[in-house]
Amino acid sequence: MYQYDDDNRRIVRERVAQFRDQVRRRLDGALSEEEFRPLRLQNGLYLQRHAYMLRVAIPYGILSTTQLRQLALIARRWDRDYGHFTTRQNIQYNWPKLEDVPDILDALADVEMHAIQTSGNCIRNTTSDPFAGVARDEVADPRPVCELIRQWSTFHPEFAYLPRKFKIAVTGAENDRAAIAAHDIGIRLVRNDEGRVGAAVYAGGGLGRTPVLATLVNGFVELTDLLSYIEAILRVYNLSGDRKNKYKARIKILVKTMGADAFRAAVEEEFTAIRQGALQLDTTELDRMATFFAPPTWTTGLPPLDPASLPDDERPRFERWLQRNTHDHRAEGYRIVSISLKSPERPPGDATSAQMDLLADLADEFSLGEVRVTHEQNLVLPHVEEHRLPDLWRALDQHALATPNIGTLTDMICCPGLDFCALANAGSISVARSITDRFDNLDYLYDLGELQLKISGCINACGHHHVGHIGILGINKNDEEWYQIMLGGSATDDASLGRIIGPAVPREKVPDVLEAILHTYVQQREGEERFLDTYRRLGAKPFKEAAYADHP
Amino acid sequence: MRIIRDLEIVEDNRTRVPDDQPLPDGPVLVSLDRWRQDRDTLRERGDVGVYLSPEEDTHDLLDDLQDLPAIAFELPKFADGRPYSRARLLRERHEYDGELRAFGDVLRDQLLYLHRCGFNAFEVRADKDLDDALRGLRDFTVALQPASAPPPFGADV
Ligand code: SF4
Repeated sequence: MYQYDDDNRRIVRERVAQFRDQVRRRLDGALSEEEFRPLRLQNGLYLQRHAYMLRVAIPYGILSTTQLRQLALIARRWDRDYGHFTTRQNIQYNWPKLEDVPDILDALADVEMHAIQTSGNCIRNTTSDPFAGVARDEVADPRPVCELIRQWSTFHPEFAYLPRKFKIAVTGAENDRAAIAAHDIGIRLVRNDEGRVGAAVYAGGGLGRTPVLATLVNGFVELTDLLSYIEAILRVYNLSGDRKNKYKARIKILVKTMGADAFRAAVEEEFTAIRQGALQLDTTELDRMATFFAPPTWTTGLPPLDPASLPDDERPRFERWLQRNTHDHRAEGYRIVSISLKSPERPPGDATSAQMDLLADLADEFSLGEVRVTHEQNLVLPHVEEHRLPDLWRALDQHALATPNIGTLTDMICCPGLDFCALANAGSISVARSITDRFDNLDYLYDLGELQLKISGCINACGHHHVGHIGILGINKNDEEWYQIMLGGSATDDASLGRIIGPAVPREKVPDVLEAILHTYVQQREGEERFLDTYRRLGAKPFKEAAYADHP
Repeated sequence: MRIIRDLEIVEDNRTRVPDDQPLPDGPVLVSLDRWRQDRDTLRERGDVGVYLSPEEDTHDLLDDLQDLPAIAFELPKFADGRPYSRARLLRERHEYDGELRAFGDVLRDQLLYLHRCGFNAFEVRADKDLDDALRGLRDFTVALQPASAPPPFGADV
């Protein structure tokens, strides 16, 4: 992974010193809360329902075990012994004290981490494919590009006060695991006819109140030009994005108002003007960045996995986990392992300090010291020797980290909702919990197959409900929590936005409605069809009828 | 009035003149409208600069850059990022080398970014301490991306 150079180390420390001073000025009254707010936001510090919340960047979702242990230590020393992994591959602490935050930032800097630009109207942490560098379907490794973007965007002086927040995602694989269509800028690495790697650049995607899928701006930008191209997009947006109405301020609205062609023309004009400038990269720089992400030395000639060696009472559970929670690896004899943070015991995405420490130990023992965070709020051990999977599984299972539900209904994305978020209408976590309780039969879950359930506690859509195969949105009706159900969304290559199927339902009805919808799917599916495909074939009608059968 | 110019606190007498007031002697800043209307006479004075609201583009000034000793951008809310882009364009694309001034909600914690985007003069908000504001320019001594200017106080200073 990337190692900080002197400038990176220095700038992160300087940031801590700057923020320490800002906190001091806030506490002694020299800064008003109004003045302090945008400053703390640029350090990922929100004021939540009960306390401050600190969001720490995990650049493109990659963690060393040293970093993961430090995250555990922070949770233990300054928070309530757990952290929450988010859909943007970050981690959030829900209970830090304002006066402790500078020390937390120092502890992060010790392991080359920070909370820079994890909120505020600036360029946020870049996200990527959690299987980068190990996926079989990879065209090119997205991580060097992500790191270039991270450095370019860190304290970019021109783009600290954009009309709204700005999120960039990069994928280098055929299957998009980074949801690029749902981002302000989405980048897909592609090969041109000559076999050269470049970037297809999309812009104007985003969820929230007005969900929009991103538009292709340029099908092939040379990697040497990529930073200039992104800077051109940001400049057009910074100058022309709406600043009067916060709900119209995202770049998606600008692309819509200008029209894709006019937007593209404006970007290309700006790009042409700066293309030969200081941001142009040369191939030496690209190569140098790539060396940080060179593949580790994978062992060859490893013994095969032999599930028959497991005792009879363990084997079925192991095989279930093997099937659901592990994935093909580029190298022979290895698998990628997903760790589900969706166990019935904890809210989706939460991990305790003890779990983080344990995973760090296991990653050292089984995965070349590397951990990834996924956009589905799970963790990944990217390099596990196949024949050692039974040992790993046993260790995980003992700590409730082997829930074999990756990609199924209960592997849901869920925002913090009423439990923490000041904007929430609904307790998304408790709804998630009622669903997990209802669908606790693993055979049934597997039978339902691949299913993405996404839950947001309000229209801001942090739980990405628009792009769930099934999306659930909490709304407020006469001071009661109600839930809208939408079907047919997807965030991957076949990206689409879900549609509301009917009137909102009260909270206690949500599991029943889901059950009815899924029952209809099981009855109507053809062959191996996924829920999403059945829905696309049949439309909303049969699902709607089933969902509202007992209260017309 | 005391302002920060070229990294120092200095006495400055360039006044911003509202449209309904006559122009005094000495260096002044006029609105874009006034400049458009009286361009020829104002240009002859040689000491007239222009101030712009965040809504106003610099487009109409591009032909006059060599006649303008100063261009001032209002930051009515410091979280409005447009002047940052406009300043960079003036410096880098149009090679403007006169004074670029920020006024309005100009605070310590934005000074370094403004400087890096090409601003060299700051009318710090009246209730704030100038020495304290000047310290903001030292917050970072390195930068991870090119812009109009590097941090003014480098790592070895
Ligand atoms: S979707 Fe709404 S309730 Fe959920 S975290 Fe986002 S703002 Fe809060």
